[in-house]
Amino acid sequence: MTEDVILEVRRLTKTFGGIMAVCDVSLEVRRGEFVGIIGPNGSGKTTLINLITGFVKPTSGKVLYKGQDITGKPPYEIACLGIARTFQMARTLHKLPAFKNLIVPLCSPRVRKFRGGKYGERDDIAIDILDDLGFERDSFVPYKIAGTLPHGYLKRLDLARCIALRPELLILDELFSGMAMSEVAATLPMLEKFHREGLTIIMVEHRLRELFRVANRVMVMNFGQKIADGPPQKVMEMEEVQKAYLGTEVEE
Amino acid sequence: MAEGEKYRKERLDRGIKARSDTIYVLASSRDLLYLLMPRALPVALLILLPILLHGTYWEKVLFYSCIFGLLALSWDFMNSVGLVSLGQALFFGAGAYFAGALNHYLGWPIFLTIPAGTIGGALICTALLVPVVRLRGVYFSIVTLILPLLFAHLIETLEILGGTHGLLSLSAYPSGWIAIYLAVGALLLALFGFRKILDEDFGMILRGIRDDDRVVMAAGVNIYWYKAQSIFLAAAVGSFAGALMTHYYQFVGRSVLALDYTILPLAAVVLGGPGSFAGAALGSFILVPLSEALRAMGGLRMALYGLILIGALAALPEGIFHYLQRRYHQFERMVKV
Amino acid sequence: MEIIIYGITNSISLALMAIGFSLTFGISGLPNFAHGAFYLLGGILTWIFLNQLGIPYLVAALLSILAIGAFGFFLYWGLMLRLRGLAINEVIATLAVAIVIIEVLRWMGFSGFSYVLPPFIRGSVNIGGVWVDNQRIVMVGIGAALIVVLYLFTRRTKTGLSFRAIAQNERTAIAVGIDPDWTAALSLAMGSGLAVVAGLAILPLGAIDTEMGYDILLYALAVGIIGGLESLPGALLGSFILGFSQILVATFLRAQWQTVVTLAAIVIILAIKPSGLLGKYKELEERV
Repeated sequence: MTEDVILEVRRLTKTFGGIMAVCDVSLEVRRGEFVGIIGPNGSGKTTLINLITGFVKPTSGKVLYKGQDITGKPPYEIACLGIARTFQMARTLHKLPAFKNLIVPLCSPRVRKFRGGKYGERDDIAIDILDDLGFERDSFVPYKIAGTLPHGYLKRLDLARCIALRPELLILDELFSGMAMSEVAATLPMLEKFHREGLTIIMVEHRLRELFRVANRVMVMNFGQKIADGPPQKVMEMEEVQKAYLGTEVEE
Repeated sequence: MAEGEKYRKERLDRGIKARSDTIYVLASSRDLLYLLMPRALPVALLILLPILLHGTYWEKVLFYSCIFGLLALSWDFMNSVGLVSLGQALFFGAGAYFAGALNHYLGWPIFLTIPAGTIGGALICTALLVPVVRLRGVYFSIVTLILPLLFAHLIETLEILGGTHGLLSLSAYPSGWIAIYLAVGALLLALFGFRKILDEDFGMILRGIRDDDRVVMAAGVNIYWYKAQSIFLAAAVGSFAGALMTHYYQFVGRSVLALDYTILPLAAVVLGGPGSFAGAALGSFILVPLSEALRAMGGLRMALYGLILIGALAALPEGIFHYLQRRYHQFERMVKV
Repeated sequence: MEIIIYGITNSISLALMAIGFSLTFGISGLPNFAHGAFYLLGGILTWIFLNQLGIPYLVAALLSILAIGAFGFFLYWGLMLRLRGLAINEVIATLAVAIVIIEVLRWMGFSGFSYVLPPFIRGSVNIGGVWVDNQRIVMVGIGAALIVVLYLFTRRTKTGLSFRAIAQNERTAIAVGIDPDWTAALSLAMGSGLAVVAGLAILPLGAIDTEMGYDILLYALAVGIIGGLESLPGALLGSFILGFSQILVATFLRAQWQTVVTLAAIVIILAIKPSGLLGKYKELEERV
């Protein structure tokens, strides 16, 4: 049972000044699960991710990864343990060519352990990863400066950076926001493929329809608190969830 | 141009640039020259200059230019990791005092004090700056601005390392040729070395840290370790310049920690164009001779550097080097809108 | 008793030096490294008005405050506006302005005992067995008055409120119709004017020395960093901590240690608690 749990969040709380951004949230994710986190804007989803990945230090509570306490560790150590995350605003190294963005994770201690990575070799690996994610090698897209690429590509570049880290747990912060429908349709099968290959995924998302296609469990947050957790269909029938989402959910 | 018609400037790559950029087989000796000349010519000139200027007053100016060039390169390297130093004098002073003290108190010869000063000075500077390496932007700069001042005051107050008098009568170079070729060689090495480092995978991480350090952290790379490494490299170059200068003057005093060694390199980089290293070197080869020519102005020279800084920041933010580079590779024409 | 009185006057003079810098930085995020230069320039301008042009003291003082304020204002429109956004370029540019001003003044020889501003009120009073110049008391008065006025200004007047709005959230402030450039230029003008006010209050205590241009900047930085650069109460706290420790050091060690303590305080505080004792760390950045 405990062997199965890859990530355990225990009563995590974070306050900014007087504001409770995340309040007493607990969560258990088992290996191989695909968990969605939803909630209205400002409900603390991104803060929760920042807390798990070490970008923000919690006021109280604990984060355990594979039974190991990782609370308060710096982000790079947590990333090296195998938790990769994307950023909501698709942060990339925008002055570097797209494929050079992946050199950074490929140089991290975690990946160095996996493969030798002599000079020049990393470039090939980087371009392979990008090609898989729809950066057309033949039209030289991976060679373009990241800052000149359209938004959808940046989102996928962010994802590629995570994949290059060879993570065991992938946390996606609104990966689909700002992507065109066609791009979403192309990216979704990739995520399913990674999931099938054994990757555990936590996904914060506003596009519920897409999320429900892939997620097998959904957690709902509102005002920093967890208000529901369970299979997608059941969660959406709960009254509290509908109340939190009233107005925004219907059109989706 | 007729009244009422609007024109805009258009920049196009020269044919030869477009050709030699993408095709890796050189078509002609002209292509070869086109690519080689901008690199080979300055290098050859630098190597020849000490011989041409030998015995004249300008030999000294060349030496100073190289020293300030090294400090400017060191600044530019820190800047390409996103660390903006306002204290090149710290690197310079650490190297100068380290080498000077070894020579003065322990009697070490020059060929030992210079390497020891380089490494020792760099270690001291790294140790001092590592605690504040997580600071961003202005705050890091403030610390670098304060540290050399702090040490100048400490040396004065504690009367250590010669106090206000400095350490006198240090060993001189056995020959002037050694000093000048050490300076020129180090400048070229630092120039091409730094350019090479930034093109390696290691350099990608450094440039990444400058772009967005959170992304680099999310990619599992310890940014502080890499920042410390780059501070060490930059400090080593600055300390080397300091150690070199110490034995040139045969004297080291508190003046090596003065604002001059911060402002002139900074002005040189801003004037020459940050980010390319060649710009930093170019800038110091313009500024140092200029300030020597204006020696009569005395104290006003500092004000002049300030004016050049302001002017360059406001009027030519890309720097002279990038401007020249653009003119070399591209041409401009007016097109009707 | 001596320590307390000198501590208080020293603290207030530090607060005066720092207040303009903190104000500008707090509102527009503009680190005005020319602060010390403005302090110096203001003092010298007043001296010129007073001794060369024979303008009455009070008018001369007002004129130089306005002149430097206007200089700060036009410095923003002429130079800083081109460099906005890159904090580093702002630092470099203002530092360059400072160097130009100070070095030109040094070259012109504005240093030494012939350049003295007369005190507002001559004489001294005895407080608890210690003789205190009247000028020091005036200075404490000016300092206290300024702090109160600034507090009221930022909380009561429309301009002051728009200053605080810009400081808190620039985008939202723009959305409700506050012009960020106008505000920043005004804040720089006010900061520069305050530098001169500080100079006029403090300079009569001694002779004008061009080296002050750099020292005042360091003191302002030290105070700001100890207390937290963005907050006025922080600046006040910082100046009291620094003011008393300077006096203590000068009493029990030697006067030279004052500068060492000031500089070391900056470095140590930045290494241990970068946000300063009262500053708020920008953790809110990624909260959505």
